[in-house]
Amino acid sequence: MASPTLTTGTPGARKGPGPRRVRRQLPASPWLFAAPGLLIAGAFILYPFVSTLVNAFTDRRTLVPGEFVGLANFRELLHDDMFWIGLRNSSLYVLGVVPALVLLPLLLALLVQKNIPGITFFRSAFYTPVVASIVVVGLIWVWLLDERGLVNSLLETLGASPVGFLSDQWLILLSAMGVTVWKGLGYYMIIYLAALANVPRELHEAAAVDGAGAVRRFLTVTVPAVRSTMVLVAALSSVAAFKVFSEVYLMAGPNGGPAGEDTTLVMLVQRTGTGLTGRVGYASAISVVVFVVTVVLMLLVLRADRKEES
Amino acid sequence: MSLAEKTRPAEKPRATGRERKRQREPRITDEHGRRIRVWELALRYLLLLGVLALTIGPFLWQLSTSLKGPTEDIFSSPPKFLPSDPTLHNYERVADTIPVWDYALNSLKVAAANVVTNCVGAALAGYALARLRYRGRRVATLVFILTMLVPVEGIIIAQFTTMRELGLNNTLVGVLLPGCVSALNVLLMRNAFLNLPYEIEEAAFVDGANVWQRFCRIALPAVKGTLAVVAIFAFMGAWDDFLWPLIVLSDPSRFTLTIGLNYLHGTFANDERLVAAGTIIAVAPLIILFACLQRYFFRGVGEGAVKG
Repeated sequence: MASPTLTTGTPGARKGPGPRRVRRQLPASPWLFAAPGLLIAGAFILYPFVSTLVNAFTDRRTLVPGEFVGLANFRELLHDDMFWIGLRNSSLYVLGVVPALVLLPLLLALLVQKNIPGITFFRSAFYTPVVASIVVVGLIWVWLLDERGLVNSLLETLGASPVGFLSDQWLILLSAMGVTVWKGLGYYMIIYLAALANVPRELHEAAAVDGAGAVRRFLTVTVPAVRSTMVLVAALSSVAAFKVFSEVYLMAGPNGGPAGEDTTLVMLVQRTGTGLTGRVGYASAISVVVFVVTVVLMLLVLRADRKEES
Repeated sequence: MSLAEKTRPAEKPRATGRERKRQREPRITDEHGRRIRVWELALRYLLLLGVLALTIGPFLWQLSTSLKGPTEDIFSSPPKFLPSDPTLHNYERVADTIPVWDYALNSLKVAAANVVTNCVGAALAGYALARLRYRGRRVATLVFILTMLVPVEGIIIAQFTTMRELGLNNTLVGVLLPGCVSALNVLLMRNAFLNLPYEIEEAAFVDGANVWQRFCRIALPAVKGTLAVVAIFAFMGAWDDFLWPLIVLSDPSRFTLTIGLNYLHGTFANDERLVAAGTIIAVAPLIILFACLQRYFFRGVGEGAVKG
């Protein structure tokens, strides 16, 4: 389907007309194939990455090139309350979201694993939130959790008093976590489904013959069998959770809720580094912290994995 | 509703199973061929319906809100789930408030371009990594792996300054460029090409086909499935993206749909019906796409996760 585009895309690659000369492929052609991908990766991912590392040690601003200032940005970070708020919120996000995203999708996968009638419909339906844009999802939940929204009017109908989901600093963060979990459930469910398909049936049967109940079988057969997938999900979801931006931005507002108390690190990067007066250098220093924590999180998850194994 | 229809067939096979007396049990079995008890089945469907209400319910509530007229109370308690007098009025009004169709067109442009660039770029590079022999192939592979590992959220400011230097900030091209050949897609295509048997291409090679002919005529048609996955995820990624377009685009006339929605929410937060109509406009195309091409969506999760 894409081949017509391709034929017109790189006419230069049409080489080596004679059948016998094919053996000596023109040395440039492999690089021609890889060039577009390498160019984009280099110019828009790797170069910005390196320049982030460099900028972190300068006082560069959007319109001012800036000079080398050594560790000044990082020293300033230590005394910046907003940075600590951001670090706290992003870390809390990992703690709140990761356990839910490791466990709930696994249970959901077990629920939709058996091929009972209509199950493909349920699988697809559970995946729908993954397909929707985070903006759509965020705005849907902003309306649901509104002071006069559906959740509160249901609570009122039940006789409870309305909850200010989107006005209290901690409830905003908690609601955003809920939205992240809600949107991620279907995605990780599919990952778990693939893993569950590889659990040998003999194990389950043997356990059932031994008289193990459902819970017991879950803990002694299922969990060990999908453990590597659980580690994968923990790694993927913890890195994603630490870099959270959209959910909190939409639910707490661009300024991060009451007195900015809901600001996450990536929100802080966005707020500090953009605009005509953007402090590129300082925002880059915060980005470097994001990189470092991301790497540490990955190592922690992998290390926990190894420890449990031995 | 539709979910009732979907669960109804559950009863049927069981009834036919009962008729076959020799089977001594209901014919509903799990993936291991073991039977499932009736109460267990009922419990399963109950749980499934509960989760269904949680995952699909919010979308339906948004749809319902968007169809409620200006005179209908959308804050009522107990809530009214169905609009008493459904109207498309809000969809007209949202177009009067923000140029929502222009935004949708902008999103469509970026998403379509993203599909083409990712399919072409990733297929070419993936083929080069998997099949062609040259010095530096390992280095090239490593470059793509490293690229994939860079957390994009951490480099947005530098990406933005790069765009400014190129004079592409506040343009749709600027929105498109950073993700237009994603490293993950290159590696997906590389794996797809690696999984093809070498012999076919060798035969073509002996017959005198050159690199380009082998790529177009033999390798590419064989990896159509992966290419479809790349295309779908490229479309979805561009259509749904928020953080990057939010940073690059500052002129409201050039907004994409997600940025436009955020803008609508910020400016007219008090009118929930308008925001609801806007979100439905943004989510409907993807839900339709997903309904038609589910297979590839699920496949993409598997392949993406293994790599990522």
